[in-house]
Amino acid sequence: MAYADDAHHGPQTFGARYIWSQDHKVIAVQYTIVAIIVGLVGVALSNLMRMQLGFPGKFDFIDANRYYQFVTMHGMIMVIYLLTALFLGGFGNYLIPLMVGARDMVFPFLNMLSFWVYFLSVIVLLASFFVPGGPTGAGWTLYPPQAILPGTPGYDWGIILMLVSLLIFIVAATMGGLNYVTTVLQARTEGMTLLRMPLAVWGIFMATILALLAFPALFVSGVMMLLDKTLHTSFFMPAMVSMGQQLDYKGGSPLLFQHLFWFFGHPEVYIVALPAFGIVSDLVSVHSRKSIFGYRTMVWAILAIGLLSVVVWAHHMFVSGMNPYFGFFFATTTLIIAVPTAIKVYNWVITLWRGDIHFSVPMLFAIAFISTFVIGGLTGLFLGNVSVDIPLSNTYFVVAHFHMVMGVSPILVVFGGLYHWYPKVTGRMLNDTLGHIHFWVTFIGTYAIFFPMHYLGVLGMPRRYYAFDNYSFIPESAHVMNMYISIAAFVVAFAQLLFVFNLAWSVRHGRPSGSNPWRAASLEWQTPETPPVHGNWGPHQPVVYRWAYAYGVPGAKDDYIPQTAPPEAGGMEPDVHGKGEARGVPA
Amino acid sequence: MTATLANPRIDARVGHGDARANAASIGLWVFMGVVTALFSLFAMAYLMRMNSSDAVTLALPWQLWISTALLAAGSVVLQRASAAARLVDVMRTRRLLLAGGLCAIAFLCAQLWAWRALLGAQVMPAGNPAGSFFYMLTAMHGLHVAGGLIAWAWVMRAFIREPADGGWRIALCARYWHFMLAVWLALFAMMAWVTPEVARFICGTA
Repeated sequence: MAYADDAHHGPQTFGARYIWSQDHKVIAVQYTIVAIIVGLVGVALSNLMRMQLGFPGKFDFIDANRYYQFVTMHGMIMVIYLLTALFLGGFGNYLIPLMVGARDMVFPFLNMLSFWVYFLSVIVLLASFFVPGGPTGAGWTLYPPQAILPGTPGYDWGIILMLVSLLIFIVAATMGGLNYVTTVLQARTEGMTLLRMPLAVWGIFMATILALLAFPALFVSGVMMLLDKTLHTSFFMPAMVSMGQQLDYKGGSPLLFQHLFWFFGHPEVYIVALPAFGIVSDLVSVHSRKSIFGYRTMVWAILAIGLLSVVVWAHHMFVSGMNPYFGFFFATTTLIIAVPTAIKVYNWVITLWRGDIHFSVPMLFAIAFISTFVIGGLTGLFLGNVSVDIPLSNTYFVVAHFHMVMGVSPILVVFGGLYHWYPKVTGRMLNDTLGHIHFWVTFIGTYAIFFPMHYLGVLGMPRRYYAFDNYSFIPESAHVMNMYISIAAFVVAFAQLLFVFNLAWSVRHGRPSGSNPWRAASLEWQTPETPPVHGNWGPHQPVVYRWAYAYGVPGAKDDYIPQTAPPEAGGMEPDVHGKGEARGVPA
Repeated sequence: MTATLANPRIDARVGHGDARANAASIGLWVFMGVVTALFSLFAMAYLMRMNSSDAVTLALPWQLWISTALLAAGSVVLQRASAAARLVDVMRTRRLLLAGGLCAIAFLCAQLWAWRALLGAQVMPAGNPAGSFFYMLTAMHGLHVAGGLIAWAWVMRAFIREPADGGWRIALCARYWHFMLAVWLALFAMMAWVTPEVARFICGTA
């Protein structure tokens, strides 16, 4: 292979090794570090919001405009620049080549470019804090016409930088995505059939395909809104009077923007959820020393969820109004997604059933994910119904729902994944005590934050409000609740600093991990060196003889059989007909 | 079994085992899928926006026929360059490759000429949605052709350095040119035929 020629001749200079690196492992770490830094900005913004909501009027510097800017930037940072970048750019980059037995991504130069373009998008995004008027406060959905009109904070520079940053991000995501998809299709090592790939790779693979198809919708809406703002075209802008002035715009369709935005926006939920599903499957299996239950149904469920996720977008637009038949259609497709999703949840639980469960920190995060995901998923069933969605849509119930399902759940998996693969990346374990503190504070803390919001929402408390003075239907107890939620948010934010400290401290001071501390069967743990060196596999790429879930095989000398162990070791994947018999014949 | 999804034609050209050519081929298919999604969404937006009462039909400038002919010529020429590379006819390949790129550059110039003609006719980017879409779609398509030209320059350089190893790159270049031609023909047809009346008919609001 052409890209394997330099397997033992990795880059020598500091710049080539750590800055302009084309090695997928370094690029993964670069993506992860930048995503975590920008994620901490997102956490800080959420705390600023909670300062206002918990203690309204106590902090003079938080006025209504700033509040909306915090809301907007928090949402966009968390969804795009943290979760999407971390799952695809971070985990995708690190895990795909190692898990499929490749030496690197198939287009290493493009991969490097992907990171630096992502970095540029982050710089442009953060630059909007320093321009006149500050960042946009249009809400993360950036709905026109308000997003580009006076009265909305950052309607001038802020929104332009936001749109430009998103367009740059999409270019970066496309460069990365081409690599991930092509590497999975093309660079798998001998024996690594598609149905032997770990579910983490399946999840990231499908999420990447979704990203490649959905991000163009954001791109189209971004370009058109940018033109509406800068050249005064009327793609989205209707004729209107603003601040007493008749504007130049006429005939544009704000609904068109909503369709385009949500055609991206809903698959985006699964762009962050599918990698999380995949990673959790691996964590649950490894740490309960049991093969994943229903591997093939897990793969089919991933594919079905991916397919369904592009035909549900208008459930975000029930309150925008639509033909009742469309409402019926989108409600139905939305509810159908519950079927493959429930299959996955059952399979995780059945995998745990009678497993040799090790309550390691990654496992705690994985189990916590199942809990938060079920809660968030169930409230999704409420909101998927038009008649329930309409009264709840503009309340804290929705805030609670989407934070549980696509905020807390994926981020718990990010943590689980980082605790799990950190030893492979650095050769050292993260500190266990700090890890446990981090887990319990985050898990209980996020419940403390978001669970009460369901009640606030049912009470009718509207979301996106800066202040709740003089609403007779909001009782005093709701304000007290808000104060407690805010305190919980501050504590959870502090726990994240402990985690970041742990990440930094353990690089040098962590306990040496050895090459396979979790005794895992998948390929990334079988590298000749830990951390893996440039080219990953030494002179010969590995040959794979079985799936990645050979745990607790009866009669085996150990409780796991690596994918690379000779076929005589047993532990083959169940046969196609699901009889549970070993195939016995290597590929 | 090594699982690959190789393009058999490219495989035959470069011999088995050239994973790089196969990867580039798959990468290009995936990229073409992304670009198809992008322009399909632009087309949907066009349809929905032309469904409004203020949209008018645009009289498309005649220069577009020249640009179409140039892009089609580039596509044919690059296909022939690819065939010449297969026959290891280095000089002919080089000439045809150069001509293919020049056709694309001439296409971009002809598109700018069409812009000038429309601006001369007072069709402004911020006026009617038909005009706004015309400028935006031609610009987006032009940017993709320009991106192709960067790849083409790299292919030229690689071919001059290593004529024996360049065939698969030229084949991919030709494929992208065909694709850009197909996208342009679809956009051209859409802008010519999907008038506000047709849009209203499709959207069911006629």
